[in-house]
Amino acid sequence: MSDIHEAIDAVWRIESARLIAGLARMVRDVGLAEDLAQEALLAALERWPASGVPDNPGAWLMATAKHRAIDALRRGKMVERKHETLAPELEARQVSPEDELHRAIDDDVGDDLLRLMFTACHPVLSTEARLALTLRLLGGLTTEEIARAFLSPVATVAQRIVRAKRTLAEARVPFEVPRGADRAARLSSVLEVIYLIFNEGYTATAGADWTRPPLCDEALRLGRILAELEPQEPEVHGLVALMEIQGSRLRARVRPSGEPVLLLDQDRSRWDRLLIGRGLAAFERVEALGGTLGPYALQAAIAVCHARAATAEDTDWTRITALYDALAQLTPSPVIEVNRAVAYAMAFGPAAGLEIVEALAGEPSLASYHLLPSVRGDFLEKLGRRDEARAEFERAASLTRNERERALLLARAAAAGRPNS
Amino acid sequence: MRFMMIVVPKAYENAAADFVPPADLIAKMTKYNDSLTKAGVLLGLDGLTPPAKGARVKFAGGTPKVVDGPFTESKELVGGYWMLQVKSQAEAIEWAKRAPMLDGDVIEVRQVQEIEDLPPDVRKAAGR
Repeated sequence: MSDIHEAIDAVWRIESARLIAGLARMVRDVGLAEDLAQEALLAALERWPASGVPDNPGAWLMATAKHRAIDALRRGKMVERKHETLAPELEARQVSPEDELHRAIDDDVGDDLLRLMFTACHPVLSTEARLALTLRLLGGLTTEEIARAFLSPVATVAQRIVRAKRTLAEARVPFEVPRGADRAARLSSVLEVIYLIFNEGYTATAGADWTRPPLCDEALRLGRILAELEPQEPEVHGLVALMEIQGSRLRARVRPSGEPVLLLDQDRSRWDRLLIGRGLAAFERVEALGGTLGPYALQAAIAVCHARAATAEDTDWTRITALYDALAQLTPSPVIEVNRAVAYAMAFGPAAGLEIVEALAGEPSLASYHLLPSVRGDFLEKLGRRDEARAEFERAASLTRNERERALLLARAAAAGRPNS
Repeated sequence: MRFMMIVVPKAYENAAADFVPPADLIAKMTKYNDSLTKAGVLLGLDGLTPPAKGARVKFAGGTPKVVDGPFTESKELVGGYWMLQVKSQAEAIEWAKRAPMLDGDVIEVRQVQEIEDLPPDVRKAAGR
């Protein structure tokens, strides 16, 4: 890629979300807004190699997209419903569509960005569509980049984005930040999408690599943007704190050979102090806002406990059990119970942990969850119930799909089966 | 990718120890810093007091030698930095171009060295 194309890429990365957001407010259609922004990008790719990047590239793209929008308006290209919604409003204010467009786009764009986030994460869309659309509209990623990130074929992702835009238009999803009762649920969806993007990078569900840090970076960027747009929402800062602290461990999470390293085995000198500091600061914002901690804030609080422990042995497990108790009450799930059991075992001994996992024995959603027998085997082994431990490790080994993990579990099973030496 | 944008203000070449940047420049800088925060790219930043208040430890001929500021013979003195998380060097450069600097100032854009990108023997020496 030439320097000028890299520069155009960089400008797009910085400007595209604001550009699309400003246009979307005016044309009331996120898909059309993105098309207009893309046309402005194409114009830049045509002209900038000869003219150079203008002094204010964002304003140039805005002006170009505006002209395209006005052309489209004049040619009646925008679908009928936009005239329905746009026209009365314009008549009432007695301004020309052109004036209205200029006014709207020149307004402060912060609110529009927030509207764009809520729209891209609208519940009318499938989770996959929300992820793709968010990365495309807010992250400025190309279809190819999104496909690479999720190890999906480019055509599939392209289709997904086209369909998502059509779904939003057909469902007449308003370009707005929801008010009232709807708002909390919709904000949850935005947070969920950002955290799903992060997690896909943090523990890749597929592919050869255990982690894909660029996706974590992308999610962190979106979270940090959201934190400035919604500074009064404790859960936003909770999610940011959680991602900053988890992100701080990325380098320590993988051996050079690519094998995963679990939290308590990590070399803590490899944790990123800059991100930990940011995570602690984000968590302070949660606490400053007051109120009871939500699910993200509770997970962040647990991450904070680990971040503050200089060594694994220094971990405040008693506090972590209390946080897991609160989390299990707020969002009960068998997986949280398994984690809660591990925390209890660390704080109060293996019997306390075993008691929690015993209650999960008949849980159908955990029937093929290898961590349950693995954790149970660990508790039993520590309690000296070695035959039972061996059986659990063997069961766990039969359930995991990861070769390295299976070998480890079988080794533990064999060790538990040997007489005390 | 993590980049450091290092500020080299022309004024620091002969600023007195008690030099403070003018309020209007600070206001512009604050606005710029806000734009970096709102874009989700800013990880950290610091401004440094004038070089006249600093000291240099010079290494030559075996024994470190301490020289107090001001460093009258020196040009291109560092005034502060921003640490950015961006996708490319071009993105960092694009952000640098938008900084409210004065005539003669320089911003040096440098990528943070990641241990993972070093050859195996160097990584080994670093204990990784």
